[in-house]
Amino acid sequence: MVSTEYYVMLSAILFTIGVTGVLTRRNALVVFMSVELMLNSANLALVSFARQWAQVDGQILTFFVITVAAAEVAVGLALLVGIFRTRQTTNVDEVNTMHG
Amino acid sequence: MELVLFLITALVTVGAAIAMVLSHNAVHSALWLVLNFFGVAVLYLLLNAPFLAMIQITVYAGAIMVLFLFVIMLLGSEKGQEEVNGLPWQTPVALVLGLVLLGIAGYAIFGANQPALPVAADGAGEYGRPESLARALFSTYLLPFEVAGVLLLVALVGAVVLTLKSRQGERA
Repeated sequence: MVSTEYYVMLSAILFTIGVTGVLTRRNALVVFMSVELMLNSANLALVSFARQWAQVDGQILTFFVITVAAAEVAVGLALLVGIFRTRQTTNVDEVNTMHG
Repeated sequence: MELVLFLITALVTVGAAIAMVLSHNAVHSALWLVLNFFGVAVLYLLLNAPFLAMIQITVYAGAIMVLFLFVIMLLGSEKGQEEVNGLPWQTPVALVLGLVLLGIAGYAIFGANQPALPVAADGAGEYGRPESLARALFSTYLLPFEVAGVLLLVALVGAVVLTLKSRQGERA
C-alpha cells in the first residue's frame, strides 16, 4: 500500500505545475486549464486523506469540487467568448481595462 | 506491485501536466490535460474511489475538456498569440516561486518534525463504495447537494446570458 505522504506530495507537485502555468502562460485558455489542474491536484489530496482515515467525507468534498469546477468552466468560457467578441484576443496581457 | 503502478501513473500524470504548460498549441495543451485527468482517475482507483474515477473521466475528461476544445476551435486561438509577452521578467520569477512553493510543501509533508501518520486504513473498506457515497450525499450532505444543483442552474443561465447577443445592440 502506497503511503498517503506520496499521494499528497504528488498533489503538491501537480499544484506547483498549475501555479507556474498560470503565472507564465499568456493564452487565457491555457491559464484556465492550469486552474483546472490545480483543482484536480486538490481533489487528489482530498481523496488520499479520505483513504487515510477510511471516511467518505473527502470523496464527497471532491464530488462538490468537480461540480463547482464544471460550473466555473461554463461561466469562464462564456466570459472568454464575450471578451474575444469585443477585443479579438485571448491574450491576458491585452485585456487590461474594465470597460468593453 | 501497487507501488510500481503508482510510480508509473505519477510519472505519466506529472509529465502530461508539464507538457500541458509547455506546449505552444492550445489544442495540444487540452489533449495533454485529458491524459493528466486519466492518470488521476487511475490514482483514484488505487485510492479506493472507483465512483470518483468514473466521474473524473465522464465529467472532467469528457464534458469539461470537450467544452474547452470547442471554445479553442471556436475562437481559433490555438496558436500565434504566445509571442506577445508583456511581462518577460515574470517567467523566471514564476519558476523560482514555484520551486519555493514545492519546497515548502515538501517540508510540510516530509519535514523532520512532522508526526508520522498512522498506517492507512485497509483499502478494501466499505467507505469507498458508491452506495456509502450516495448515503452520505443524500443524508449528511443533502443541503450542499441541493445548493450545488442551484449553482449548476445559475451557471447555465449565466453562460447563456453572457454569450447572448443583445437585441438592442447596445453592446460595443
